[in-house]
Amino acid sequence: MTSGISKADVVHVARLARLRLSSGEIAMYQEQLSRILDLVGEMDDDRLAVMPAMAHTQDLVNVLREDVPRPGLERERLLGSAPDTEGEFFRIPKILGEPE
Amino acid sequence: MNDGILALDAASLAAAVRSGEVTAVEVVETYLAQISVQEPEVGAFLSIDAEAAISAAAALDRARESGEELGPLAGVPVALKDNLCTTGFPTTAASRILEGWIPPYNATVVDRVLAAGGIAIGKTNLDEFAMGSSTENSGYKITRNPHDLDRVPGGSSGGSAAAVVSRMALLALGSDTGGSIRQPASLTGIVGLKPTYGRVSRYGLLAFASSLDQIGPMAATVKDAALMAEVIFGHDPMDATSLAVPVPALVDGIEGGVRSLRIGLVSNLLEVAAPAVAAAVERAAAALAGEGATVETVAIPELSLGLPAYYVVAPAEASSNLARYDGVRYGFRGEGATAEEMMVSSRSEGFGAEVKRRIMLGTYALSAGYYDAFYLRAQRVRSLVRSAFQEAYSRFDLLLSPTSPTTAFKIGERSDDPVEMYRSDVCTIPSNLSGDPAISVPFGKEGGLPIGVQLMGPALAEERLLRAAYALEAGWSGE
Amino acid sequence: MGEWEAVIGLEVHTELRTATKLFCGCPNAFGVEPNTSVCPVCLGLPGSLPVLNAKAVELAITVGLALSSRIQPSQFHRKNYFYPDMPKDYQISQYDVPVNAGGAVALRSGKVVGIVRAHLEEDTGKLVHRGGGGRIGGAEYSLIDYNRSGVPLLEIVSEPEISSAEEAKEYVSELRAILVATGASDGRMEEGSLRVDANVSVRPSGSAELRTRVEIKNVNSLRSLGRAIGYEIERQIAVYEGGGSILQQTRHFDEASGETLPLRAKEEANDYRYFPEPDLPPISPLPAEVERIASELPLLPAGRRSRLFELVEGASPDQVEVAIAEEVWPYVTASIDFGVAPELVLARAANELVALIGDAGLLTPLRFAEVVALEERFSPSQVKLLLKGAVGFDGTVEELVARVGLSSSGAEDARAMIKEVVEANPEEWGRFVAGDAKVGGFLLGQVMRKFGRAISGAQARAALDELASGAAGE
Repeated sequence: MTSGISKADVVHVARLARLRLSSGEIAMYQEQLSRILDLVGEMDDDRLAVMPAMAHTQDLVNVLREDVPRPGLERERLLGSAPDTEGEFFRIPKILGEPE
Repeated sequence: MNDGILALDAASLAAAVRSGEVTAVEVVETYLAQISVQEPEVGAFLSIDAEAAISAAAALDRARESGEELGPLAGVPVALKDNLCTTGFPTTAASRILEGWIPPYNATVVDRVLAAGGIAIGKTNLDEFAMGSSTENSGYKITRNPHDLDRVPGGSSGGSAAAVVSRMALLALGSDTGGSIRQPASLTGIVGLKPTYGRVSRYGLLAFASSLDQIGPMAATVKDAALMAEVIFGHDPMDATSLAVPVPALVDGIEGGVRSLRIGLVSNLLEVAAPAVAAAVERAAAALAGEGATVETVAIPELSLGLPAYYVVAPAEASSNLARYDGVRYGFRGEGATAEEMMVSSRSEGFGAEVKRRIMLGTYALSAGYYDAFYLRAQRVRSLVRSAFQEAYSRFDLLLSPTSPTTAFKIGERSDDPVEMYRSDVCTIPSNLSGDPAISVPFGKEGGLPIGVQLMGPALAEERLLRAAYALEAGWSGE
Repeated sequence: MGEWEAVIGLEVHTELRTATKLFCGCPNAFGVEPNTSVCPVCLGLPGSLPVLNAKAVELAITVGLALSSRIQPSQFHRKNYFYPDMPKDYQISQYDVPVNAGGAVALRSGKVVGIVRAHLEEDTGKLVHRGGGGRIGGAEYSLIDYNRSGVPLLEIVSEPEISSAEEAKEYVSELRAILVATGASDGRMEEGSLRVDANVSVRPSGSAELRTRVEIKNVNSLRSLGRAIGYEIERQIAVYEGGGSILQQTRHFDEASGETLPLRAKEEANDYRYFPEPDLPPISPLPAEVERIASELPLLPAGRRSRLFELVEGASPDQVEVAIAEEVWPYVTASIDFGVAPELVLARAANELVALIGDAGLLTPLRFAEVVALEERFSPSQVKLLLKGAVGFDGTVEELVARVGLSSSGAEDARAMIKEVVEANPEEWGRFVAGDAKVGGFLLGQVMRKFGRAISGAQARAALDELASGAAGE
């Protein structure tokens, strides 16, 4: 598998990941990610087709919790470590920007 | 007395504190004095709280005087990797994005260490969010290898390793996602155990790759590692992947030897190692054979597929685990006219280059059109690696290999080339992918730098691993 | 209009009635102080881990059985996208292997709407917008309350088999009744515990093509759902007839204007990067457990309906709908089991009980049954009086009868009986009040015929005279 990654891919992925990249970073990640993907391309074995996809290392199943309330956190404590608050709430900038 | 205190191993020190032969305060003061000498050169810690450590020690001493039975780690100074939540210290995972964040809860392992009488002496440096093999990726500082201050201590648990080897803490906790306990243990000449996935609760461990992460002990000796393991092992209802199986006695039978154990020397992992490292592993094999084990060479070529699979699975999970660092609820917030812009600024300014690289890689691997080629394929490789291990463990009780292909490298030597750095994890990664336990034990030196060898075992075989590791430790003169 | 038909699929999100959230022990509470029902897990604090609520799984399976779904082994996935009301910036949801697959809802009309799946997922927190009238559009900043974050949701996805706004309402109302009957949900749309997204497209009648669909988000009442879908169908037809084409987009319904409007958020191709949630092992319901839940399933609305139509030939459909409602049904079954004639039960339930239902806690189903059964002894109007008197009364039925004044016939109750008779005979009553004494005999005869056993002639006479003097004085 040869796996080059395009500049557009890098930009798209950064957007999905909510990262802002300078043009220098875009070039750097394009080069580095391409090389890492070459490494990743070494996953090659005829037996893979018949191997199940393994999401967990264990065979655990039905690990459940009783529906019983437990005490949570004090609001003051959690708001105390927030970057911005107002009254009883976390505060953030507006969701939508100015119409274009 | 001070030299005497520093000479004691964890079990002896805790026994001395329990009997009142020394006080916990004396122990802590001794270690703090050691920190004041070593830390300026080594830089193992991100935070130290001398006052809190002394008052915790004083509380232990008072409890003992009032007739209370103290725990197995009574008065033992413990260093905690800074990706474990602590109410008493900031917890940053060495990332600027969490600068100053003090969690409102303790990780389960931290509670267990404290309940056992351990004294939390400080939080140790790491590669940001445990992503790296040198501790150079910390957002705050570089940690140096006490054996050679121009060299890295390994990573990502480099701070914990450096703290233990320079005796600034007697025990430490690290986390291991692709070798992050074992590789720094190898590069600093201490013992590092990655337990079976699920043996130790991950509750309160800042997740890097959830299906691979495991917390484990780092210690100067195998016995100390076993003691710490007994304290932190065990089921936790707060972690759904935690195993509800009994914790075996690990210290008691540790001197039982390796007679009649079948040990496989993994030839294809030996081939990737530097000559001095390979020679040390072969000497370790001979030492085990000398103690009565049967040692045979075995090739497990599937293990080499682990490396590429790891660099899909770990970044993919990390890209999701690190999404929550968005400047909304805690940690660093960047500027932005809208919530969206604020989130982008927070993440772009708060994360370092390696973390961004892995987030990018993981996001790409999971994105539409690439999932099957990358993530799904990597999961199939995990099955293949596991079945290869299972086949090997049907013939061998344990496997032996290098931990790291090389000894400690120079600071800055590999930081320009992520791929080269990634390749150095080839021996440790397979056990993370399969979820099986593995341990690194010092066995030799080259040019004054420690060499570690790795023993790997099937799931839940920690007792056997520690017994063999103990035999190896006893079989190496230290030269 | 005859040349177009609508193709509608609905996604109904219902909050499950558990004591705690889906993955942590925080109370699943509505209307509590902001940010007080939170913990490290539902706030997504670094290091926290989810542990699945057994009750949420049980309720999901209950609904699945009620919808005739296939209950199957399932796995949680992470749905990755950034939004400030979602603390982890991913939602733990189910993807390719939901707990319930397939199923159907039979509507009153007889139409059957297929169910694609019903899966578990966690709810998000709530944003409050400040400035600009509190709307997302002109807001200056926003506030977040995470109490709702992590509340268990069941998302029920229908096949695109609904063909009108009216049918969509019928589907949601039937589904809501099923959810309430199973105890899985309180069904309160106005509180947001039941939320509906509609996927709407139109096509030329009789064609099998599927055209571009529009998703209408978060409609919060049945009426709005109908209006929103109705508007959207008309809009799409007009666009096509004007030679235009429909964009695949998400629109929201504006209550004030009655229009659907495109969301102004940046349109970004959804790429949720689903992958199996590594923190949660799979669920594999044990057959015995599923059987137990199935055996405890209550009679569902459709079953209730057909039972009543079997019992009462030609029953009024409106009365039946009232009778099968969740809050009424226990009274109906208690009365039928008590031996009251089903016709009578339907009538009393539809007419009297509904007025008293606000005080339902003070009127037990058994007491209702006992009182309605008295209709053999008393007139309907007396029974109505008895029902009113029965609210909050915990003595015996005979004590109730006495209290209401129907056994000893206290003067007050005699007045009530007289009043009933005179209201039925206004002409005679008018003459009696005007002084025609002879008509008094007729009125008394009516009273005795109607209430004979409950009142003496003397009592009736006294009450009649008293009432007449009061009326004359007005």
